[in-house]
Amino acid sequence: MKYFGLVWRSLWRKRIRTSLTILSVVVAFLLFTLLSAIGQAFNTGGAMTGAQRLVVIDKITIINPLPISYLQRIAAVPGVEAVVQLSWFGGFYQDPNQQFFQGPTDPDAYLDVYPEIEIPDEQLDAWRNNRVGAVIGRQISNQYGWEIGDRVPINSTIYAQRDGNRTWEFDIEGIFDTTDPKGVTNFMLFHHDYFAEANAFGDGFAGWYTLRLAEGADAVEVANVIDTQFANSPNETETSTEAAFAASFAKQLGNIGLMVQLILGAVFFTLLLVTGNTMSQSVRERISELAVLKTLGFKDGTVLGVVLAESILVMLMGGLLGVLLGWLLTVVIGAAIGVFLPGVVVTVNILILAVLFMVGAGILAGLFPALSARRLTIVEALARG
Amino acid sequence: MRAIQQILAVTWLNILNLPRRVASSTVAVIGVAAVVLVFAAVLSMAKGFERTMLLAGSDDTAIVVRAGATSELTSGLANDDVLIVNTAPGILKDGDAPVMSAELFVIVDVKKKSTNTEANLPFRGVQLRAFDVRDSTQLVEGRMFEEGRNELVVGRGAQYEFQGLDLGATIQFGRTEWSIVGVFDAGGGVAESEIWTDARVLQGAYRRGNSFQSVRARLEGPNSLAVLDEYLENDPRIDVDVFTEREWYSSQAEGTAGFIRLLGYPITFLMAIGAVFGALNSMYSSVSTRGTEIATLRALGFGPISVLISTIIESTLLALVGGLIGGAIAYIAFNGYTVSTLTQASFSQVVFDFAVTFDLLLDGIVTALIIGLIGGLLPAIRAARMPVAQALREL
Repeated sequence: MKYFGLVWRSLWRKRIRTSLTILSVVVAFLLFTLLSAIGQAFNTGGAMTGAQRLVVIDKITIINPLPISYLQRIAAVPGVEAVVQLSWFGGFYQDPNQQFFQGPTDPDAYLDVYPEIEIPDEQLDAWRNNRVGAVIGRQISNQYGWEIGDRVPINSTIYAQRDGNRTWEFDIEGIFDTTDPKGVTNFMLFHHDYFAEANAFGDGFAGWYTLRLAEGADAVEVANVIDTQFANSPNETETSTEAAFAASFAKQLGNIGLMVQLILGAVFFTLLLVTGNTMSQSVRERISELAVLKTLGFKDGTVLGVVLAESILVMLMGGLLGVLLGWLLTVVIGAAIGVFLPGVVVTVNILILAVLFMVGAGILAGLFPALSARRLTIVEALARG
Repeated sequence: MRAIQQILAVTWLNILNLPRRVASSTVAVIGVAAVVLVFAAVLSMAKGFERTMLLAGSDDTAIVVRAGATSELTSGLANDDVLIVNTAPGILKDGDAPVMSAELFVIVDVKKKSTNTEANLPFRGVQLRAFDVRDSTQLVEGRMFEEGRNELVVGRGAQYEFQGLDLGATIQFGRTEWSIVGVFDAGGGVAESEIWTDARVLQGAYRRGNSFQSVRARLEGPNSLAVLDEYLENDPRIDVDVFTEREWYSSQAEGTAGFIRLLGYPITFLMAIGAVFGALNSMYSSVSTRGTEIATLRALGFGPISVLISTIIESTLLALVGGLIGGAIAYIAFNGYTVSTLTQASFSQVVFDFAVTFDLLLDGIVTALIIGLIGGLLPAIRAARMPVAQALREL
């Protein structure tokens, strides 16, 4: 720390060069933060993923519905605390290109399975008592400006009502939040009973079932029991944890993670070259100064440390600013696309990784110039200078 | 004339002594190369995806879906609807029979080779004329499925991306077993991502009764679509939308390709800003190491403009080299690289190749040149305004 003044002064020897180098670092870490947040949103699917929950879908494909009778049979399996039915309604509000999730479900069972969803009691009561009532997540309320008491028309791309009409009207009875910091509220819930009664395909089915495990229940064992129970029936099932279920969708999109890594690889490779070049230029220009330092009694190791510290400092200054800007940008973008790709947030992991990269890149970029500074012999260096 | 000669002379001088500044110039070149590489790689995905979707789309084929359906998956047609389309005008006839295929579109989970995890493979039930209603689609190995049997013909792309689709193999979906009897090619179009069987067999296997999801029909001529559309529009028994296959697939392509672009352009833009800083750095150091040389030239009577322009030319040339390198790497590494993704529209996998097209490379090079111009401008102004006497004194 006592050499900070020295490091700081030598850093700003060439003001333009150092500023430009720092700006390159800013851009690199801005990209790092933003891309990591987006990549992570793809990988988790941004879904509410509790390890304590399992999803039961049709074994052949999720588009095949399961009989509603499965609800009771799953509920009876030991280790299942609560279970609820959901279906893919495929609805949109006005713009068919902007679909969001609407799930026909059972209010009380849903809240049993998803205890992190919070909704005021009087709103929940109102929803229970209104057959065409629905509740929406905070994000949906913000996106479309819907409030309690609004009647909203949702067009389903899949389900028509008995009279052939595809526009379903729902009364917004409540707005829910989540207590899970990584959770999302970009969806709408309405009554399965109403859906089953009113849709033209008839009742007797649900898209899939989500269940919450009892304390201490073994996920693999419960999944096995459920799948064995329905084996060799016309509707065989596949039960997996909610996290694995979400991840399988992320994988289907293709290797987004690889693409992000490729881009970041190109960015960091360039960054190392830019900073490394700046540092070696700076060391070359200061050969006589460094020789003077050594004449004054600075040890080889200290000289190495001073040069390395300079390079790390450049990375930290640019990097922290870049992460900050990237964070702001992520918040803006995350809010703009939250309904369609939720979970674009800067997590602690990303921040830690960013700082590690800053230090690592600082050491890598400064290493060769620092080693050459360390190797300098006073006589030679003074002669060259 | 003199000015041009001067500019050429100074530029030539700059290029000749580039080796003296090899480290910082290389850094600038690599910075630009990285931008163009990422630009071309990301956007080649969007291009490749669109190409696959559009290759599938013919202007001579109409597709009929339930009114308001945004994909075949969410469409539904009763057998009666299909019979009405059967007798509609505007459809090409082969003898007495219309050239059309009523189809069913479902999804099965099959493991992808690349990830070893299950993904949504599109599974289409077709009628025997399926090859006649599609352009450049033909069997290349094996034979067509026989009606009424659990037999599959598989697209080349599906076979490439998914496990267990080899000719002669059998594959199990749920409790039914299917034999793969043929492989078809669709000229790189989207149908290649699919596996096909007899529509009637698929209806049975998926308990779809007597229903279909779409009808494809060969049109008689250029005006036939309007004829067909009007006829179906005016028939009160049926509520459907009619598109040409090309319209249909280009609207299907929009979402995914648009999303890739939405990510690709801002990323490229941010990287380009980073590369401008790199170029600025390199050119400032070029100008400062050439300080004496520039002053000497000025003392000899070379004008400030020729110094300015030659500096800009230098940085633009460096950027151009970077752009060419980045573009070349993108082309070699990514062009034709086969991947598949889940599309929004059909909720199933579409297999496509990255397409690093000439247009894309040209855009990349233009981006590189802009980076070079901006990166060279400020240092060039500094070079041109360098006071001669002072610079010479620094000798």
